[in-house]
Amino acid sequence: MDFLYSLIDMLLPFDWTEFDFMKNAFLAVLLITPLFGLVGTMVVNNRMSFFSDALGHSALTGIAIGVLMGVDDYLFSMMGFSLLFALCISAVMGSGVSSSDTIIGVFSSTGLALGVVLLSATGGFAKYSAYLIGDILTVTGNEIALLAVVLLLVILLWIFVFNRWMLTGLNPDLAASKRIPVGLTEKLFIIVVAVMVTVSIKWVGILIINSLLVLPAASARNIARSMRSYHFLSVLISMISGVTGLILSYYLGTAAGGTIVLTAAVIFFVTFLAGRFGGAGKRSL
Amino acid sequence: MQKREPLQQGKENGVETKTHIHGPGCGCSTCEIAGCNCVDCKCSMEIRDLSVRKKDGLILDKIHLKVTHGEIMAIIGRNGAGKSTLLKAILGRIPYTGSISYTNHKGESIQRPKIGYVPQNLVFDRTSPTTAADMLCANLSRFPVWLGHRKESLEKAEALLKRVGASGDLLKKRLGNLSGGELQRVLLAFALEPMPDLLLLDEPVSAMDRQGTEVFYDLVSSLRRQYHMPVLLVSHDLAHVEQFATRAALLDKTILLEGEAHEVMASALVAETFGLPGRKGGKN
Repeated sequence: MDFLYSLIDMLLPFDWTEFDFMKNAFLAVLLITPLFGLVGTMVVNNRMSFFSDALGHSALTGIAIGVLMGVDDYLFSMMGFSLLFALCISAVMGSGVSSSDTIIGVFSSTGLALGVVLLSATGGFAKYSAYLIGDILTVTGNEIALLAVVLLLVILLWIFVFNRWMLTGLNPDLAASKRIPVGLTEKLFIIVVAVMVTVSIKWVGILIINSLLVLPAASARNIARSMRSYHFLSVLISMISGVTGLILSYYLGTAAGGTIVLTAAVIFFVTFLAGRFGGAGKRSL
Repeated sequence: MQKREPLQQGKENGVETKTHIHGPGCGCSTCEIAGCNCVDCKCSMEIRDLSVRKKDGLILDKIHLKVTHGEIMAIIGRNGAGKSTLLKAILGRIPYTGSISYTNHKGESIQRPKIGYVPQNLVFDRTSPTTAADMLCANLSRFPVWLGHRKESLEKAEALLKRVGASGDLLKKRLGNLSGGELQRVLLAFALEPMPDLLLLDEPVSAMDRQGTEVFYDLVSSLRRQYHMPVLLVSHDLAHVEQFATRAALLDKTILLEGEAHEVMASALVAETFGLPGRKGGKN
């Protein structure tokens, strides 16, 4: 970490990099934003933004389970519940008993309400309300290392599984005709989203995690003309939003997560107008 | 009703052999290329005792169907007869009882058949930035398309498009910006790589105009003559079935009638099912 700190001091000799907590936050943003930019592309492409939102809400119940179990780090209880929750949603959706948005809505409300009830019953909800908006300024060196590992794993999955995910998202029957195990492929993606959301929720916050996942990819879609430009733009927009939002929050004295999301929202509207009036997507690569 | 192909009988190492000799005037109903060298090709797809049960009861009941070398087998039937369910079962998307087996040109069983599938109206997000090149290259290579396309994959994708009579310019277009005819050609190109053991066409021309439809079926017929793979076509357009299919099967939960396309289409049962005027009293 010392090497990284001195590197930041050397390359970015500004007020906002003077403090170690800002250096940590900066490093965390450099890891979280490409992760969200990358995974967001398929979340938006597969119309799963409501699903990832529900996963964020379920984290509250995961924290409550951790509190009940008496553990200090809620990561594993959140991860366990999130995976169970995600696979349950997937199984109920697969049964075809109701429309997917209704099913996700039911699970999302249940996950949130159960978390609120359990936490308020175990000694006050206020203690855990920090999870609602997150605080990237509290990220530690070990947590940054964990984020780096998750980013690396996601990049590897994106290299080896992406083509299958893309074809399955395009049309499951078409993917099945190419002997792609559609159910397994879809579940693997759900697990990736669940792990990613859980790992980052402490710093990004339950209320805005989905915005950070969806906005960069949605912005990129406005102007992208191929899968390559879609991914490149999504990661770029995510990183620009993250770094700009973090710096702005330092000087404005605002919450980092919210400022990052607002920056991403501004970029969305700019790309929306550029796509609408610039005719992006109608021309060739 | 099945028309038998001419076979030349002989003996090889004491074993009786039957060899089909294709060529000009061979009269073969399934292989129309003069001078074709395929010898007694046995590639086929056979469905035995296939049944599908859902919550609301039996959807398909003991289906028996065989599609052989170079045949275009049309599945016709009223809405709700089970055509789409049969396709989903063949694609392995729904559970079924019974068996579906494939054999190669030597008559050997194929454990993992390659299926080329051209869906009805491809239900997909038309605002997605997925290009035709992304789709074709994702099928051609393991190289992740989000990192771009390898030159050899792009060249192969272009060759695939040319095989189905489409321009390589389509590669750069987003799928949502393709016309109905262009999209069906891209889907057909996608279906033909790797060369399938069965080509499955589900109402493939429903989004196309009359001229596009004719061109598409001419293309499928020529591919069938060139590559000889069995083709299963689901269509509600009886005129096209009569014109382009070699065989036809009338489905209503089970196969009610099967045979040469023109004979099935002339049957009273088909006339009755589709309410066709002037065909009553045809053969059953």
